Amino acid sequence: MSNASSAPTHSTTLPNGWEMVIGLEVHVELDTKTKLFSASPNRFGDEPNTNIDPVTLGLPGALPVLNRHAVELAMRLGLALNCTVQPSTFHRKNYFYPDLSKAYQITQYDQPLNVDGYLMLPGDIRIGIERAHLEEDTGKSTHFGGSSGRIHGSDYSLVDFNRAGVPLVEIVSRPDIRTSDQARQYVSELRAILLAVGASDAKMEEGSMRVDVNVSVRQAGEPYGTRCEIKNVNSVRAVGKAIEYEARRQVDLVESGGVIRQETRHWDDAEGRTHTLRTKEDADDYRYFLEPDLVLLDPDQEWIDSVRESLPMLPAARRERLAQATGSDKESEAIYVVVERGQDDYVLSVALSGGDASRALVYVQQSFADAGPSPRVPAKDLAVLTVLERDAKVTSTQAKTILAEIVAKGGGDPVAIADAKGFHALDSSALSDLVDVVIADQGEAWAKYCGGEEKALGALVGAVMKTSKGKADGKAVTALLQDRRKSNIE
Amino acid sequence: MASERSIKITPEVVTKVARLARLNLTAEELARTTHQLADMLEHFRDIDKLDLADVVPMTQPHPLKNIFRQDVVVAGLSHQEVLDNAPATQDGRFRVPPTIGFDV
Amino acid sequence: MLRPRKMADFGYHRQSVLMSNEMSNSSFPTVIELVTDIRQGATTASAVLESHLSRIDLRERDIHAFNVVTVEKARETAARIDSDIAAGINCGPLAGVPIALKDNMCTRGVPTTCSSKILEGWKPPYDATVVTRLQQAGAVIVGKTNLDEFAMGSSTENSAFGPTRNPFDTSRVPGGSSGGSAAAVAAGFAAASFGSDTGGSIRQPAALCGVVGVKPTYGLVSRYGLIAFASSLDQIGPFSHSVADAALLLEVIAGHDPLDSTSIPQSAPSLQSALSQGVKGMRIGRIVDLPEGSEPEVLARVDVAFEALKSAGATIVDVTLPSLSFGLTAYYLIAPAEASSNLARYDGVRYGLRVDAEDINAMYGATRGAGFGDEVKRRIMLGTYALSAGYYDAYYGKALKVRRVIADDFARAYSTCDVILSPTSPTVAFPFGSKTNDPLTMYLCDVFTIPSNLSGDAAMSVPFGTGAHGLPVGVQVLAPALGEQPMFRVAAELERAL
Repeated sequence: MSNASSAPTHSTTLPNGWEMVIGLEVHVELDTKTKLFSASPNRFGDEPNTNIDPVTLGLPGALPVLNRHAVELAMRLGLALNCTVQPSTFHRKNYFYPDLSKAYQITQYDQPLNVDGYLMLPGDIRIGIERAHLEEDTGKSTHFGGSSGRIHGSDYSLVDFNRAGVPLVEIVSRPDIRTSDQARQYVSELRAILLAVGASDAKMEEGSMRVDVNVSVRQAGEPYGTRCEIKNVNSVRAVGKAIEYEARRQVDLVESGGVIRQETRHWDDAEGRTHTLRTKEDADDYRYFLEPDLVLLDPDQEWIDSVRESLPMLPAARRERLAQATGSDKESEAIYVVVERGQDDYVLSVALSGGDASRALVYVQQSFADAGPSPRVPAKDLAVLTVLERDAKVTSTQAKTILAEIVAKGGGDPVAIADAKGFHALDSSALSDLVDVVIADQGEAWAKYCGGEEKALGALVGAVMKTSKGKADGKAVTALLQDRRKSNIE
Repeated sequence: MASERSIKITPEVVTKVARLARLNLTAEELARTTHQLADMLEHFRDIDKLDLADVVPMTQPHPLKNIFRQDVVVAGLSHQEVLDNAPATQDGRFRVPPTIGFDV
Repeated sequence: MLRPRKMADFGYHRQSVLMSNEMSNSSFPTVIELVTDIRQGATTASAVLESHLSRIDLRERDIHAFNVVTVEKARETAARIDSDIAAGINCGPLAGVPIALKDNMCTRGVPTTCSSKILEGWKPPYDATVVTRLQQAGAVIVGKTNLDEFAMGSSTENSAFGPTRNPFDTSRVPGGSSGGSAAAVAAGFAAASFGSDTGGSIRQPAALCGVVGVKPTYGLVSRYGLIAFASSLDQIGPFSHSVADAALLLEVIAGHDPLDSTSIPQSAPSLQSALSQGVKGMRIGRIVDLPEGSEPEVLARVDVAFEALKSAGATIVDVTLPSLSFGLTAYYLIAPAEASSNLARYDGVRYGLRVDAEDINAMYGATRGAGFGDEVKRRIMLGTYALSAGYYDAYYGKALKVRRVIADDFARAYSTCDVILSPTSPTVAFPFGSKTNDPLTMYLCDVFTIPSNLSGDAAMSVPFGTGAHGLPVGVQVLAPALGEQPMFRVAAELERAL
C-alpha cells in the first residue's frame, strides 16, 4: 500500500492507439459503533448472527432510523473529496438474495448526499467524483459443496446477517482514469483520505473497502466504448492487474472482430483473469422507489460548516507542507511514506527543534517504519543528530549507528553517544592529509582514476575510509579526490 | 404516456412480473391474473384525464426531515431469538438451497 | 336510533351505569366505565376479563373474531393488575381493560400471522410500540384478531384462516381489513380493540359493525411493530363503543416514537377535553360533488347528521373535492407498489413458511406461491408491475401526482371548513361472497375512506343509526392533519344526537 503511488510503473501502453477509460466504484464501511438504521453493533469478526436486531433481520414491522454519526462521517468524506453536500433521500432497491434480509437495500439513488467532487493524483491529474452516497451493507452468504466450489453449483449456502445494515459510502468516480497506475493511485489516495478523516479503517483484506472497476477501451478521441464492471478486486495490486488484463482482453476482442458485451465480470486473482459473472441482458429490474419509512436528509449549513471546520489537514496538503519544509519533491516516495504513516508532524517538529528537515525526513522514512505517528524518540534528540551529521561532526555511517541506538532506547543525547563511541569526523585538514597519503600509497589506482577510469575511485575512497578507521566521511573523501584529480589534470 | 398505457397485458408480461416478484403462479392463476390486471389497469386510466404536468409527486403525507438516532448500541436479539423462527439453520447461520445459476 | 340486538347477559353486567350513560350506544360497558369501576373497587380486572372471556366462549365459534385468544396471559395480567390496585399502585389509564389487537401488530412470544399462511406460527421476538404503550397503560390483551391477509381487503374474507362474521348478522361481512377487531368490540369480546387503516381498514369495519373507529393523522401513532402493508398510508387506531373511549385510547397510543422515523415529533394531543366543547360556531363541510353509488339509506343518515350538527350550532359549508374519485386509482397503484416491496421479505429464509425446492429461486417462488392468498398475490403483481422499468412513470409516478392533487383539494376545502362529513362506507354490511368475484367492486368500498390515507389527514367513523336491513351506518368525520380535536368535538356531538 505504502509505496503504491510511487512504485515503478506497471502500466503498459495499449497497442495501436487504444486508450483505457476507467471509472471506480468504491464501497467503504463507515467506522460507526452501530448500524446505519438500527442500534446493533457494527463490528467485524463476531460469531455469526450475534449483532442482530429486528431491523437488521428484516423482521415484519421493524423500521429504520438513520444513524446521525454515519451521516456525519459520510459528510466528512464528501467534504474531503471536495463534494457539495446537498439535500438527499433514500430509495429502496428491490431484489431477492438470501443475504438481503428485507429483499430491498436502502440506498441513495437520484439525490445522493455528496455530489460533484474530485480527487487529485500525482502530476496534478484531477479525477472527478460523481457522488459519494450512503447505503446499507448486506449480510454474508457462504456457499458450500458442489464440485467447482464456486457460486455456481454449490449444494447449499449459509447466511450470516452480522454485516447486514453496516453503513457504507459508495464513492463513484467519473470515467476520468486513463491508466492502471492512476487507478491504483486513486485507490491509495482515497484510502489515505478515509483514514485521515476517520471515516473508515479502509481494510481491503477485511472487506471494509471494496473496489469495483469499470473498464472500457477506445481509440483516443473517440466516444466511450462498452464498459465491463469487474468485481472481487481485493487489493490495490489486483486493481492494477485486473485493469491491465481486462483492457487487453477488450482490445484483443475488438481487434479480432468481436463485440464487447456490457457485463459484470469476476476477477480471479489466482488465475490472473476476469470471467463473466452475468450479462446485462438479464438485467435486474430493481424497481427503485422512495423509501417511505425514512424522511428527507437535509443537513443545514451550520452542520456542514462545523464538519468542514473539524476536518484535519488532508494527505495532499500535508505532503505539500512536508515537501516544502524538507525541500523535497512532493511526489517523492519519502514524502508519501512519511505522510501515510502520519509522521509528517514529527518531522516538522524535528525541524522546529533546530534540526535539518531533509535529513530528518530520511531518518524517519528509513528508521521509524513501526514507530507510529508519535515516535518515542524526542524530536530534539533527532534534531541534534541531523545537525551533527550536517556539520560533519559525525560521518553518515556514524550517524546511522547513533540513530539505531536512540531508536532502540527511545531517545538519547547524540553528542554523548558520539563521545562515548569515540565518534567524530576528521576535520578537513586532517582528511586532506590522509587523502594525500593514500594517493601516494595507491599510485596505480590513482593513475587509473586520473586516466578516466571512474571505477578506480571506489578503491581510493575505500582505502581512505580504511585508513581513517571509519572517521572519514565518504562524501567528503569523494569530493576531495575529485578535486585532486581536477587540479592534477590541469 | 398514452402509448405506454396502451401496452397490452399479455400472459408473457404477467409471467415476467411474477418472476420479478418470485411468485409461482399456476396456469389458472396466470390466466386470471392477466385478465384482472388488464381490467384494473384499464380502470386506472381514469387519471389520464387529469392535467398533472406541473404537479410535484407526493410520496409521504407529512414532510419531516433530519430524523436521526444517536450512534449508541442498544441490546438487540439474542442468537437464539434470531434463529428461533428459521425454517433451517446450520452452524449458527440460516441454511438456504443452492444459488445455482443465480448471481450476486 | 341504533339499538344493537340485545346481547345475552354474560356475568358482568352493570345495568345502572348502562341505563344512565348517554355516551354509550351499546349494551356493553365502555372502557371508561370499566376503568372507573375497577379503580374504585366496584369490580376487578379479573372479573371483567372473565365476563369478556365468557362472551368469547359463547359466540366466538360463530363470529371468528380472533386468530388467537391469549387466555392464560390475559388472566395473569388481570391478576397482577388486581393485586397492584389492591396495593395502591396506579396501573395506568387503561388498568384492567380487555383489549384485542389486530393480528398484524407484533406481540412478543404470541403468534402474529397477518392471517397469512406465510407467517403462520411466527412468534415475534419483540413488541410493537403500540403494544408496549398499551401494556404500560394497564391494558389486558385478550387476543389477536382476524383480518384480511396482510390487511388487504374490505371484508375479512381474504383471511387464510376463514372469514370473520358480522355480529349484527352473521350472514354478512364485518368489513375489513380489521374485521376481527371491529367484530370483537361489537360482540363484547373486548372492551376496545386496535386495528390498522391503510385505505379505510378501521373506519369501514367500524361502520359495518356499529362501533367507533379512528384513523389518526399519519405519524401521530407509531408504526413500529405494525407489519407493513403500505408504509406511507398505514396508521394504527382504536375501535370502541364510545367516542370518549376512542379519545382515551388514542391519547394512550399517540405521541412521538423514536423508533419510527415518520412519527411526528410531538406529544399526544389532549382529546378527552375536546369532547364536551360542542360544535357551536364550527363549520362543517358538505361534499357537493360526492361520488355516486351510495345506498340512499346511508346518505339519509348523513343528512340527519348534518341536521343534528346544525341544530347544535354548527354551520354547514358546501365544499367541492373534484379529485375525490381519483383516489381509488391512486391508492390502488401506490398501496400495491409499496406492498410488493414490503412483502418481499417473506422469502422462506429467516422465518415463516418455506416450501423447499432445488435452488434458491425455486424455493422463493414455491414458498411465496403457496404462502400468499389470491388478493395478496394480485396486489403484489399489480405493485411489481407498477414499479417496474418502463411502467413507473405511467402508473406509480402518475399516482403520486394524483395523491398530491387530492391532498391539495382537501387542504383547499379545509380553508373554508373545520371538518367534513361523509358516509364512511357507501353501503351497509354486505353478504359473504357478494363482491369477491370482481376485485374492482370490492375496491369501491373504500372510495370515501381512501382519500384521508392519501393525504395523511385524520378521519373517524361514528355509528349513526341504521340503514338497509336495519344494519349499522357509520358517518365519517374527516379533519385536516392533526385536526383530531375538532374531529372529536364533532364526533361527540353526533354521539349525543343519537
